[in-house]
Amino acid sequence: MLLKRLSEASGTSGDEAEVRTLLKEELTLYAEEVATDTLGNLYFKKGIGRKPRVMVVAHMDEVGLMVVGYEKSGLLRVVKVGSIDDRVLVSKVVAIGKGRVPGVIGAKAVHLQKPNERTKAININNLYIDIGVRSQEEAEKLVKVGDYGTFAVTAREAGDNCLIGKAFDNRAGCAILAELLKEDFDLELNAVFTVQEEVGLRGAGVAAYSLHPDVALVIEATAAADVVGSKEAAHVTKLGDGPALTLMDSTYIAPQQIVDLVAKTAEKLAIPYQYRRLTTAGTDAGIISQTHTGILSAVISVPCRYIHSPASIINLDDWQNTLRLVRGILNSIAEGGLCLEGTA
Amino acid sequence: MKELLKKLSETYGPSGREEQIALVIREEIKNYVDEIYTDNMGNLYAVKKGGGAKIMVAAHMDEIGMIVTHIDNKGFLRFSNVGSLSPHVLLGQRVVFANGSQGTIGMEKLEELNKLTLDKLYIDIGATSKEDARKYVKVGDIATYSREAIVVGNRIMGKAMDNRAGCAVLVKAIQELAKTDNEVYAVFTSQEEVGLRGSRISTYRINPDLGLAIDITMVGDTPEAPIMDVSLGKGPTVKIKDASVICHPRLKEMLSELAEKNEIPYQYEVLTAGGTDAGAIHLTKEGIPAGVISVPCRYVHTPGEMVDLDDLEHAVKLLKAFLSAPLEMREIFPCYLE
Repeated sequence: MLLKRLSEASGTSGDEAEVRTLLKEELTLYAEEVATDTLGNLYFKKGIGRKPRVMVVAHMDEVGLMVVGYEKSGLLRVVKVGSIDDRVLVSKVVAIGKGRVPGVIGAKAVHLQKPNERTKAININNLYIDIGVRSQEEAEKLVKVGDYGTFAVTAREAGDNCLIGKAFDNRAGCAILAELLKEDFDLELNAVFTVQEEVGLRGAGVAAYSLHPDVALVIEATAAADVVGSKEAAHVTKLGDGPALTLMDSTYIAPQQIVDLVAKTAEKLAIPYQYRRLTTAGTDAGIISQTHTGILSAVISVPCRYIHSPASIINLDDWQNTLRLVRGILNSIAEGGLCLEGTA
Repeated sequence: MKELLKKLSETYGPSGREEQIALVIREEIKNYVDEIYTDNMGNLYAVKKGGGAKIMVAAHMDEIGMIVTHIDNKGFLRFSNVGSLSPHVLLGQRVVFANGSQGTIGMEKLEELNKLTLDKLYIDIGATSKEDARKYVKVGDIATYSREAIVVGNRIMGKAMDNRAGCAVLVKAIQELAKTDNEVYAVFTSQEEVGLRGSRISTYRINPDLGLAIDITMVGDTPEAPIMDVSLGKGPTVKIKDASVICHPRLKEMLSELAEKNEIPYQYEVLTAGGTDAGAIHLTKEGIPAGVISVPCRYVHTPGEMVDLDDLEHAVKLLKAFLSAPLEMREIFPCYLE
């Protein structure tokens, strides 16, 4: 399963090469044109010259760590790249750099902690990576400052058609783009795998500027908080209830015609869908919708529990339904379902 | 002016849902301009041709609102803020949706009122169940305050004076501006309250020589108000700075000189928090000289926003004076050229 391989590939923001290579190998044969840009965004074109020009976007970067220094003892100092809850870091196995050097995010053992230390999360500044060496010199041979670390996790199936693993945010979206590229739509399809979303929507702005599409569909993974201690109104999304449409977040408000088109398409195709019940955080649509003279954008997400952690859960029915919904939206757009500037 | 502002104030138009207010403004100005059109983000553009310098005048037409995030089994609506909202101001407010459905804002049982947050509030639209509620409102629909605008003394109060007051000033100026030697692009912008978004893309489209935003500003003339040297009734303000922009110094001088020459009262405005469309305009493309004329406003972001009718008239006069005189860009730039 490509989604599994994508999930297991390392690709912290700024270090997306492994994911990019994998996607290039898998998808080049389906596209009429393949390109990359200065930042590392990866573009696949299909139906060149058709109207309208549609950009389907999934960011390929994930949150991770970066090595910033050494202790004399050979332990590594790290910082976070993208937002990770400090509480999920302790005792996780990581893979560092191109050589995938294994290490553990270490902290003081429970026996040695003072009572007040046990009730508090350990801050990243007091965490380190232990790669099992005994000196700085040995560490320097294996790991360089600036090397990235990702959680070392194998994706595995679980329960009722679910998948446990890392980086479903946003390899779930990447895998959907991969499927779409194998199909044919009556429009110019630009599948764009963007970089550096997790550190500020950086790749998408450049990609939208250079493509200048009529419409952008951003495919994402979003939090599912249908768990203990969370009331229904605060669930954000519910695992298994289908793809989620973003109405508003800190960077973007969905235009009414987008909301209507998605609802109409889902209902026509009898695809379950839900609304993302959170109005904060952001996605690539934030920057894309404000590029050039404004690009009509939509965000469709796969619900994901424990997002930004080494053990996220997605439901594969949700993933399939997201693919079906995005396919349906593309067909609706091809049939003139959106009022686009210059075509009205 | 009273009737116009009343109509604009009472029209529905939260950030991202500006279609209704744009339609009302379009009707007011369409016979006075050479071109009128909208874009993907809902900005409304009105162009008055006259050759000369390209001046963009931006007044945001969106207002703050409440977006429905969840409907529970009993038909109560949970919501989040669109733009900045105080939960304390919301208590007991009547709100209205795009389709006219109304509701009131209620609160969960709470021991301490100072711990009130938006997630403790809900909208009650009189529905008896989720199914019943869905006949009137869907998740994602946005409500605004429901409030009639009325005249009190020489002042007018109601919801959305931020920034329908600025819109009214720009509408009046367009209607009364007989001719101009400049190329005037009036833009009624969208999504200002959530991050100056409409002005960012409209400025990119127009690429003006100069940008001027018309907005409201806070005042310091109410009991125990934060210190601020702006009062209601003492004229429109010429903005010096806020959190989003430091206005072009030469533009600030030009506006003050114009006000003095035409005997228009004005005040200088230093707003320590908040921003306006000029913040997005001045950073577009290679950088665009930008300034702001503001209408002083009390009780900003409440349904009792109050502005002074003389301030509005004076703002129109100042804006007209600025737009009608041929603008020499060399008058704006010399401090940097030489």
